[in-house]
Amino acid sequence: MFSNNPALYGLTVIIIGVGGCLGYFFLSNLFLDKVLFPASGPNAGRNINRANMIRPWLFLFPALFALVLYLAYPVFETLRLSLTDRDQGGAFVGLANYRQMMDEPKFWEAVQNNMLWLIVVPAISTAFGLLVAQLTDRIRWGNLAKSLIFMPMAISFVGASVIFKLIYDTRPEDQNQIGILNAIWLKLDGGIGSILMLQVLPSILLVGFVVIVASVAWSFVRGIIAKGEDKSVWLLPLRLLVAGGALWLIWVSISSLLGLWIGGLPYGEAQTWLTIPLWNNFFLMVVLIWIQTGFAMVILSAALRGIPEETVEAAIIDGANPFQIFFKIKVPQIMGTIVVVWTTITLTVLKVFDIVFAMTNGQWETQVLANYMYDKLFRANDWGIGSASAIVIMLLVTPILVWNVYNARKEMK
Amino acid sequence: MTSLSLKDVCKSYGEIEVLRDINLEIEQGELIVFVGPSGCGKSTLLRMIAGLEKITGGTLEIDDVVVNDVPPAQRGIAMVFQSYALYPHMTVYDNMAFALKLARKSKEEIDEAVKNAAETLQLTEYLDRLPKALSGGQRQRVAIGRSIVRDPKVFLFDEPLSNLDAALRVATRIEIAQLKESMPESTMVYVTHDQVEAMTLASRIVVLHGGNVEQFGAPLDLYERPANTFVAQFIGSPAMNLIEAKVTATGDTTSVKMADGGHADVPIASVDGDVGGTFKLGVRPEDLTVTESDDYLVSAHVDMVEALGETTVLYFRSQNGEPGLVAKLPGIHRIAKGTNIRLNSVPEKLHLFDGDGRSLLYR
Amino acid sequence: MASIAGKKSALTWAVHISVALLVLLWLFPTIGLFVSSFRTADQISSSGWWAALFPAEQNEVYRAADPDDNRVADGDMFVVKGNIFEGDPRDIRSWGVSSRNVSAYQPGDTAEMKDGESVTLQADGSYVWRGNDKQLSGRGQRIFITATVPPEFTLGNYTTILFSGSGQDNMAKAFFNTLTVTIPATIIPIVVAAFAAYALAWMEFPGRALLIAAVVGFLVVPLQLALIPLLRLHLGIGIGKGYLGVWLAHTAFGMPLAVYLLRNYMVGLPRDIIENAKVDGATDFQIFTRIILPLSFPALASFAIFQFLWTWNDLLVAKVFLIDATGSTTVMTNQIVELLGTRGGNWEILATAAFVSIAVPLAVFFAMQRYLVRGLLAGSVK
Repeated sequence: MFSNNPALYGLTVIIIGVGGCLGYFFLSNLFLDKVLFPASGPNAGRNINRANMIRPWLFLFPALFALVLYLAYPVFETLRLSLTDRDQGGAFVGLANYRQMMDEPKFWEAVQNNMLWLIVVPAISTAFGLLVAQLTDRIRWGNLAKSLIFMPMAISFVGASVIFKLIYDTRPEDQNQIGILNAIWLKLDGGIGSILMLQVLPSILLVGFVVIVASVAWSFVRGIIAKGEDKSVWLLPLRLLVAGGALWLIWVSISSLLGLWIGGLPYGEAQTWLTIPLWNNFFLMVVLIWIQTGFAMVILSAALRGIPEETVEAAIIDGANPFQIFFKIKVPQIMGTIVVVWTTITLTVLKVFDIVFAMTNGQWETQVLANYMYDKLFRANDWGIGSASAIVIMLLVTPILVWNVYNARKEMK
Repeated sequence: MTSLSLKDVCKSYGEIEVLRDINLEIEQGELIVFVGPSGCGKSTLLRMIAGLEKITGGTLEIDDVVVNDVPPAQRGIAMVFQSYALYPHMTVYDNMAFALKLARKSKEEIDEAVKNAAETLQLTEYLDRLPKALSGGQRQRVAIGRSIVRDPKVFLFDEPLSNLDAALRVATRIEIAQLKESMPESTMVYVTHDQVEAMTLASRIVVLHGGNVEQFGAPLDLYERPANTFVAQFIGSPAMNLIEAKVTATGDTTSVKMADGGHADVPIASVDGDVGGTFKLGVRPEDLTVTESDDYLVSAHVDMVEALGETTVLYFRSQNGEPGLVAKLPGIHRIAKGTNIRLNSVPEKLHLFDGDGRSLLYR
Repeated sequence: MASIAGKKSALTWAVHISVALLVLLWLFPTIGLFVSSFRTADQISSSGWWAALFPAEQNEVYRAADPDDNRVADGDMFVVKGNIFEGDPRDIRSWGVSSRNVSAYQPGDTAEMKDGESVTLQADGSYVWRGNDKQLSGRGQRIFITATVPPEFTLGNYTTILFSGSGQDNMAKAFFNTLTVTIPATIIPIVVAAFAAYALAWMEFPGRALLIAAVVGFLVVPLQLALIPLLRLHLGIGIGKGYLGVWLAHTAFGMPLAVYLLRNYMVGLPRDIIENAKVDGATDFQIFTRIILPLSFPALASFAIFQFLWTWNDLLVAKVFLIDATGSTTVMTNQIVELLGTRGGNWEILATAAFVSIAVPLAVFFAMQRYLVRGLLAGSVK
């Protein structure tokens, strides 16, 4: 009956919800202490102990109920749905959904793009976050600067999508470009400045990226060959996985490096940025990087502040220059926090939906898993494949989940 | 009248036993101090009395009522925590009134109790302040006031002075002693690791070590007649010297001989079976004197001298190499490091401990 | 560090400049949207928003009055006089009569055309168009001007979006819908989670460590998994799509973070205080309401901001659990996505709508940033 007045409805729900919660907690405690196990009479002591055994569960019940019903149950239900077919009345079909999904090129496109997102977004966000955190650490208006860079955190993915769509906007040739990216693009004419900006600089970045990836991969692979390393069984697949991923990344980088020099750039033509395959992924990633950098910065900034001042002062006396202090003294000390930031952003990336949905909706080869899944669920109405892709996301999250739980338990001991 | 009685009280966390068979009878009006090194279980014992830790064996009685399963609030106790545990979001007044409000006392009653306690502790002008606006000593007094307001049968203090600086600690210690004097009827149990606090405040001291009561007695009893080597070394500073000694003669007086040639006739009884046994001869640093005669206790090689003016502290080893011995001589003595001297003591001040470290006095 | 001897000031300057550049780079996108929301549709489509901040040169086309009605004989010629601006004057830089050369003349010049036809334009916009009978017929002569336009902003877009717009262009309903979703979905989980967090932090019971580990695990379970089973559940038990469903969903989805954040905070409160309250005779319920809750305010505030931002900015949960076919319960994020689809080129509408939707979170952000940062620091799993 309130449905026609949402505000009133909302208010009523707040009152009922909050009042109900408080009432539940108060009355159930009262019931426990006064009726079930009264703290008086001959069994007072025993009753109090019994009441204290039950009380934690009274406190926990509503939260546990919500967690189990809304998070635990769906995991298993989704798993079940992914093994059934809706059209056949929910009959068990084994891995048929998965097989069908694997046959779809769109799925592999989503997986490939997701991998790209998973590497690029956390890396760049963390790097920028660290850079800003370090730069603002000692300057007087550092807090203001941090606050402004942190601000996109408050903006919704949808809002950010609109903001960046304006940046990427394209107008016909004879009109003024109102998207800043095209406006800048049209100023470039293939002269020396453009070559520096658009070919030399990206080439340097790409080569640097290849070198970093190769060295990381090498440090993993070396363990297989070298003697005396920890050769436990479960590390081998991890190492091979890293090596494989690295090879793929190096291949992607080198091919785009070649494309950069061979293709020749279409100067003077306004570009529809979001329709250029491969590159459009990066234009979408920029949105998330723009948002997540602030997060990385806040956490890393606190970590930098936590470094004992004495270690930095000792390094200054030892003759380290600012770069050495940063890379050899500070970064190693906050490595743990960097890992935390990295994994947290990785989680966000895995679930990224709104940005792709709002900007391209997966067209022009920008599909990602979360949007692929939404597509299957609510547009194709295929619960089987939708659930299967949700399970794929869950599988990707699982290593981080296990790692987090492992760390949390270690910390509690 | 017995105010607090522990019978075979035990505490274990799973397999780990932290307190074993504690037996204590505490009379009304006493101030009992639990003292011992960290990890000895003294705080656990106090928290068991308070009801904050479950008792895993034995019985605990307050005013002759078994309270093992009674929740803290109904035991008639009040507790002052090491960190004061003031509620940071309540004023001094509310902090003191909180327990009474929970007990549904009338407004007038609460007001009177709080005002009286504040008067006693000179807190009246701070009643409207939040704890963060108070100094360390004032916070300490609020914590005490909070317990006074409840008018408990037993006051429990958990290392209440350890967060104060040295000067304030002495002042507050005296205040607590005066407070106790003004409330002769109330029983107090006080936990500390500081033997000075224990010696100055206690009517009786419980020395705890490794989950056992090593000795329970009046402060000077513990100093003069320690029950074992642990108590002997724990009470008194610097700690009592323990020198290995062979028994040469027994009887009402026991004669012992040390490896470095020193000897003593200690007026403590021993039995025939002790002859030839290896005992520990105990002598407090402050009981040692320098001697030239052949009748000496220790022949010492001085390792280090600390001249404090008021006293001179010698760190030495015996001639046969027993290290870590200390003598505290009154006044100024010009003894150079590296010299050899002889030390002696009056026989009445000596202690003897058997092979298990138990004092012969308590056999 | 500033006080250390022999420090190079060049480096300090480099730091200041690079921070300034980064901040500008980060602000630039938002400012673009903000500025655009105050421009008219014409302004937006004729120039980039960055040009709106400075006086702009703008090309405009006018037509002289219809010669058939307005021409006056002047000897053997005809003349049309008038003012191109009709009460809306411009600062004319230059002008022309042909689209091939729009700035051929200065104000006050006379443009000579074929066969004695001429146009004279004054700086105030008044013109004299002279020609023979044939020339001064049909449609009025086109006059191209290049004018300097001062920066000009309008609140019109906001009026449209918030009040007068119709259908999709009016965000007022979506705004209130979003508010209706957000507030209960922020407050209810706090209460529920606070009790659970207290139990997990300060009560002894078997399985506690396991539950805490489970909460940490739930923190990262992707929302995507919950969509179909829960939608089925909601449809099955009759909640259907609507506010109740979205409140329940948000409450549950926010629960792991809420419990985790609050437990971590509560466990850091001094044990002595809680034990003292026990000795003072407080029950667990009283300890919770009178000691823990007031002392946990910073953590509660942190979570409240998180949950507020997350529910306000959410699209997926609303799309799945709230918005039905009628669309009467649409939220702002959804409406903007729909606008992106249907009004993709109407930046005045899009920019304003987006800015309306991000204004509230931004206000919350700047007002309560302290708590947000604190929550972030406590909430990232160490």
